[in-house]
Amino acid sequence: MVSKSHPFLHGAASAFSLPALVLMGAQVGFAALAREAGLGLGPTLLLTVGVWALPSQVVFVGLVGAGASAASVAVAVALSAVRFMPMTMAWTPVVRSADTRQWVLVVASCYVAITAWVYSMSRLPKLERPARLPFFAGFAATLTLLNAVIVVVAYNAIDAMPALVAAALVFLMPIYFVLTLWGAARSRADRIALGAGFLLGPLFSLFAAAADLLLAGFVGGTAAYVIGRLLGSQEPAA
Amino acid sequence: MSGDTVGELWGLSPALAILLIAALPTHIWRWLGVLFAGRLDERSQVFVWVKCVATALVAAMIAKLVLAPTGPLLAVPFAARLGAIAVGFGAYIFSGRKLLVGVIGGEVALIAAWFTLL
Repeated sequence: MVSKSHPFLHGAASAFSLPALVLMGAQVGFAALAREAGLGLGPTLLLTVGVWALPSQVVFVGLVGAGASAASVAVAVALSAVRFMPMTMAWTPVVRSADTRQWVLVVASCYVAITAWVYSMSRLPKLERPARLPFFAGFAATLTLLNAVIVVVAYNAIDAMPALVAAALVFLMPIYFVLTLWGAARSRADRIALGAGFLLGPLFSLFAAAADLLLAGFVGGTAAYVIGRLLGSQEPAA
Repeated sequence: MSGDTVGELWGLSPALAILLIAALPTHIWRWLGVLFAGRLDERSQVFVWVKCVATALVAAMIAKLVLAPTGPLLAVPFAARLGAIAVGFGAYIFSGRKLLVGVIGGEVALIAAWFTLL
């Protein structure tokens, strides 16, 4: 750890860790899907660095492969990305300082996705306020660059990969997210929200496939908040 | 390299189609979140609620990745995927929240299930 160096470099160095490995696994799965859908390497790469949201990327290539219309793909992508609004709403007050300009936050927010969000919410509060945005920028820029490399490699190597290796790489993402979300949960309400979302997501996907994630978020999150308040749990863990 | 790749999407170049149909509908929510966070305080009850909603949303997506995956994970039986998550979580908790132990625990369980069940 280079904790005394510039926060941007500190953030960049922090990206060389489990988060990078996990995204590598996930991008392998995405690259396989994109190739199946007939996308070239260039568009596949642009989807990763220009969209920077694995669910949006997967929805896009899935529907393009199925021959859907432009309007229906845009709506499906937008629905799968609504979750970013509460995520960046929660992230903004943590990452900004008193003198942070709005447009800088707007640009930086383009690199808020699950990995960077989970990492920011657990890591940034431990840093001095002025160091937080540079740290995030270094982390996000390095993570994006690493993933661009991984997409190129995976796009070309996926056919040669044994099925077990591919499955083990793709499995890195869910196991990592379960553990880091639990670690980033500060209050009892956060932990209840985690469990509620985990149960309600698959449940709602049976009834309302198009809006299942949103519904699970609102219903599970609100229930967790209410239960947390009733139990009077604002004990700061960690 | 793959043989045939798409040269055009809905009459647009793939790059333009991706920016309009994938990037914009994704980024718009991030920007709205930043704008709406304008007066939101980190300690306020609204923030606590928003964080709960976001956490539940992300958890729901993870659950879907495990329980209803697409791609390579489909080759692993349902019970093995769920069991591997449980083993990883248990290893994480009992090791005193060591992330690496939890991730390795889950992966070992997944690989062990692969060789036992398939």
